[in-house]
Amino acid sequence: MADPMKIRAQMKGDTADIRVLMSHAMETGQRKDNAGNTVPAHYIQSITVDVGGKRVLQGQTGPAISRNPVFGFKVKGAKAGDKVVINWVDNKGDKRTDEATIG
Amino acid sequence: MKQRLGMLIAATALATAFAAHAQPAPKKAAPKAPAKSAITAEFEKFREVLEEDNPAELFEARGEEIWKTRKGPDGASMAQCDLGLGPGVVKGAYVRMPRWFADVGQVMDAERRVVHCMVKYLGYKEEDIRKQPFSNEQRTPDHVSVVTYVAAQSRGMKIAAPQKHPKEIETYQIGKEIFAYRAGPYDFSCATCHGADGMRIRTQDLPNLRKPDQAVRAYQGWPGYRMTGGFMLTQQWRMNDCFRQQRFPEPNYLSDSVTALLAYMTVTANGQVYKGPGIKR
Amino acid sequence: MDAFRRTLLKGAGATGAIAAALAAGVLKPSQVLAAEINRAAFEAKDIAGALKGIGASGAAESKDVVIRAPDIAENGAVVPVDVASNIPNTISLAVLVDKNPFPLTSAFDFANGAVPEMALRVKMGQTSLVEVVAKTADGKFYIAKKEVKVTVGGCGG
Repeated sequence: MADPMKIRAQMKGDTADIRVLMSHAMETGQRKDNAGNTVPAHYIQSITVDVGGKRVLQGQTGPAISRNPVFGFKVKGAKAGDKVVINWVDNKGDKRTDEATIG
Repeated sequence: MKQRLGMLIAATALATAFAAHAQPAPKKAAPKAPAKSAITAEFEKFREVLEEDNPAELFEARGEEIWKTRKGPDGASMAQCDLGLGPGVVKGAYVRMPRWFADVGQVMDAERRVVHCMVKYLGYKEEDIRKQPFSNEQRTPDHVSVVTYVAAQSRGMKIAAPQKHPKEIETYQIGKEIFAYRAGPYDFSCATCHGADGMRIRTQDLPNLRKPDQAVRAYQGWPGYRMTGGFMLTQQWRMNDCFRQQRFPEPNYLSDSVTALLAYMTVTANGQVYKGPGIKR
Repeated sequence: MDAFRRTLLKGAGATGAIAAALAAGVLKPSQVLAAEINRAAFEAKDIAGALKGIGASGAAESKDVVIRAPDIAENGAVVPVDVASNIPNTISLAVLVDKNPFPLTSAFDFANGAVPEMALRVKMGQTSLVEVVAKTADGKFYIAKKEVKVTVGGCGG
């Protein structure tokens, strides 16, 4: 199973600053391994973020997002203590959901 | 000391023999680039952005999990591992190695000590670790994640590698000597690239490892997240690769020579604040 | 999910089918997103095709779409790109790299207080324009471009 995400969520004024690190190979499908075999494409395809029970962000990603992806975004009107739930699904159907609380 | 250097010289002779059908000359570090080029300034601007969210944290978390939850065949755990500050104490231990460990009668750097403990307490096999000591795109070995965790537990602390035990002092001296020792098919030493200010390879500035404020840059770069490939590499790897780049034979994993070089670099950086784990190009 | 009805991300015509499938219990919720992937846009091999795929052909250039990216990237494998739109009612942002094999790197929809601003890191195979598209709630598209040079490596630090 995929490693957990690292989520940091901090209020700055009236806005929550949320950063997430995801553990994922993000293989393009164009790279060859040492044996010369093409490494099959394997990348996160969709991301959702819920804050305080509401969907605030949804994204779609291709293989050009860097390996071990990093995303940062801001949510106005969130409060300290709100729960942040982040989910990703990749092109093989692997998925991962992690939570954090806004500090 | 003589003996160890002797080993190195013998190896060098071998390398020289191979050099007969060597590749084209390596690009020498261009001397005296301007102190800070525009390109370096541009890299540094975004370096902060990259450091802010360093994927090294993912490996740190994996290492922490191994340190805190993994059990060996006899039920032992890393809680018994003494990194120099007492069994199980991780906080601040990294910046106080290499150091003398009486239980093994050796000076060990952090990576060597971590591997020692993982073999002793968690039942890892040293020969397995030696099969793939360094990370690649397919796999980051467990000990690399644990080293990353241990290093991160010294973030923000002053580097304070001890120089009390005679062996600690001797190890530093050997490291200093290896650093300046010119040999190999191109008559390089570590100091050829890292012994003066303002050196670089292509667009990379090279720290002068004789100065504390620059030695710390090299020290805290590794363990570091390598953006090319996207995995963690350690100081042991960095030293190995420097030997390779000098066209020296590569040292065995966890060799005395590498511990000595690390002792030299770390002691030089003593007093500086550790800000790693790093993120590198 | 209503907030996302008019976003960049839905492939044309997919929504109705998905809704029907959901009602029929064919798809598990986690599969819905994957099914909704805008394949036409992500699989386009040139910038025109990718822009067309997200409906943004003919987007107006705007200084209010902001791209913060290095002039010269230290490593093409990890190029930090921060994007934002100062255009009121921006609901989506898409990030494209002209010369990548598949120019569309990612697209994001914002709702319920999320600021139209995103920090991410992309791979760039070579020196290229980075293009960012913003879409507003009234269906208009705006675009900004910035060149990022990609260098060859040093020794790895």
